[in-house]
Amino acid sequence: MSTRLIYFAWVRERIGKPEEDVELPAGIETVADLLRWLKSRGEEYEHALQYPDVIRVAINQEHVEHGEKLSGAREIALFPPMTGG
Amino acid sequence: MPGPVVPTVRIQAEDFDVAAEIARMTQGRADIGAVVTFSGLCRDEAGRLAALELEHYPGMAEAEIGRIAADAVRRWPLQGLTAIHRHGRIVPGENIVLVVAASAHRQAAFEAANFLMDYLKSRAPFWKKEHHTDGSEGGWVDAKEADDEAASRWKQAVPKGN
Repeated sequence: MSTRLIYFAWVRERIGKPEEDVELPAGIETVADLLRWLKSRGEEYEHALQYPDVIRVAINQEHVEHGEKLSGAREIALFPPMTGG
Repeated sequence: MPGPVVPTVRIQAEDFDVAAEIARMTQGRADIGAVVTFSGLCRDEAGRLAALELEHYPGMAEAEIGRIAADAVRRWPLQGLTAIHRHGRIVPGENIVLVVAASAHRQAAFEAANFLMDYLKSRAPFWKKEHHTDGSEGGWVDAKEADDEAASRWKQAVPKGN
């Protein structure tokens, strides 16, 4: 099953694309696993995800913690802390 | 007696009219005793800033502000609640965000508007990029710890009453 990844703000700029569909390898169960795996996909990912702790994540358009399971995620968004308002 | 309040949430590129939003909420009713509005505007940062570019997560922006607004409606006895957030390029002096809260008495309206803004700043998926008057790109605005702290103070129990 493919999962849509969406990037915003400087995460998008550093990775160099707004979104992509990926096949998650076996063993990628949590948000933290996903960030670790993505970071190993190339230097643009390494640059964007250098400090994984600051990356905010939403699954199916709801905020989640890094310990959250990915099961059933159709859409996962990665972005910096928000600065609206 | 009107039913439970359904908050109005709009995410839009175009400007909004504060007076029109108040009128929309209060028109044709006589039970509202207090309307609090908060408008957030783009500052020029002493002439340094040419524009802000606001990126947002379409779909989630509406959903997240809707969740925060629904929480506010549960916490305070409100008669109306509107949140409007703009996206795209915004120049100094222009509006960015509007919150309108209506209640029978002022305290609930003040608190609900304050709560909505605190949570919106730290949880609504918007990101500001600065463009400087000298033509340079100023980069993405950093999130402020003070905004997270402002949101966290609402975690203490808030009595529901007038």
